[in-house]
Amino acid sequence: MWQALRTELHPLGLEIVTIALDTAGAEAARPWIEAARPDHPALIDQAHVVDELLGIVNVPSGVWINEEGALVRPPEPAFPHRPKYLPRERSGEASSSPPKTLSPRELALREAVRKIRIQPEMYLTALRDWVAHGAESPYALAPEEVVRRSRPRPPEVAEAAASFELGQYLYRQGYPEDAVPWFRAAHRLQPENWTYKRQAWTFADPRQGPTTLYDGDWLTDVEAIGPEHYYPPLDM
Amino acid sequence: MILTTLQVDGAELAQRTGWHLRPEGACKGDLCIPLPPLQEGHLDARVLAERLGMPLVHDATHDVWCLGPEAGGRALTTASAPELVLPDLAGTPFALRDLRGQKVLLLAWASW
Repeated sequence: MWQALRTELHPLGLEIVTIALDTAGAEAARPWIEAARPDHPALIDQAHVVDELLGIVNVPSGVWINEEGALVRPPEPAFPHRPKYLPRERSGEASSSPPKTLSPRELALREAVRKIRIQPEMYLTALRDWVAHGAESPYALAPEEVVRRSRPRPPEVAEAAASFELGQYLYRQGYPEDAVPWFRAAHRLQPENWTYKRQAWTFADPRQGPTTLYDGDWLTDVEAIGPEHYYPPLDM
Repeated sequence: MILTTLQVDGAELAQRTGWHLRPEGACKGDLCIPLPPLQEGHLDARVLAERLGMPLVHDATHDVWCLGPEAGGRALTTASAPELVLPDLAGTPFALRDLRGQKVLLLAWASW
């Protein structure tokens, strides 16, 4: 997904590091990484350490780090291109007719996904500018602004992180049923955290549909907030 | 961080939370919070949780604890990149620090 951009920008001084947030570990991420055959480091974060350290609540999220090891942009939605299933914003293009074989739920999923808003063009423009101009780029933020833009961590969010980590630990130790109450607690304490939700839902149903284990599922929860709010708008 | 006893190891605490145990206390970036003296390099998780405002949750069935991140501020307390060391597909550890001198785009994604 990112290899083409790496090929373009690595000669100009940028390295890309991808980190797979997967409780199921390397085997879950392996098919994607092997298909991409990246030249850049492709790492595995089985314990979701990066989410907690940086305040990541959805994927894909990108963070910029300068040559001295300082963050110059906090986590924000990062897409290298616009996926074919997402229409261009305000292009006026009509939705293509869905296949007639789709179930009502599949149709609703399709519609929700098409309403998700992402801004890869803006993101790449900013990234290229930073690579070219470094600290002089208007997109490189001051340290205090990076901290200010990172997510708030009130007590319930901190407890959600601890609950999710405990759930992951029990899952990896071979107690998936005992992990569920902790995952549920994390969902209740920080409902806006999609990594907590989607990771746990996937264990119950790879398609993240409704199950008896969790109160929510991807479609229900996305429709509740409105698909256009699934990713926050970039603040460049 | 997962704890099977209530004794917190300083090195693991630093790796997992970014808080370093130093003579002046627990430090992260420019912030240091005084702590009682360490005992053989360890500190009681309950003390750490109380002093740093960290949640400490306990699973009674498996008798395991988890010490969460400090509450009350923001996810980032400093713009310094964390000391991340993560494995690649082959299990080989990679340290983010090894990329000092280059710009880095760190991308979190998932298979799910």
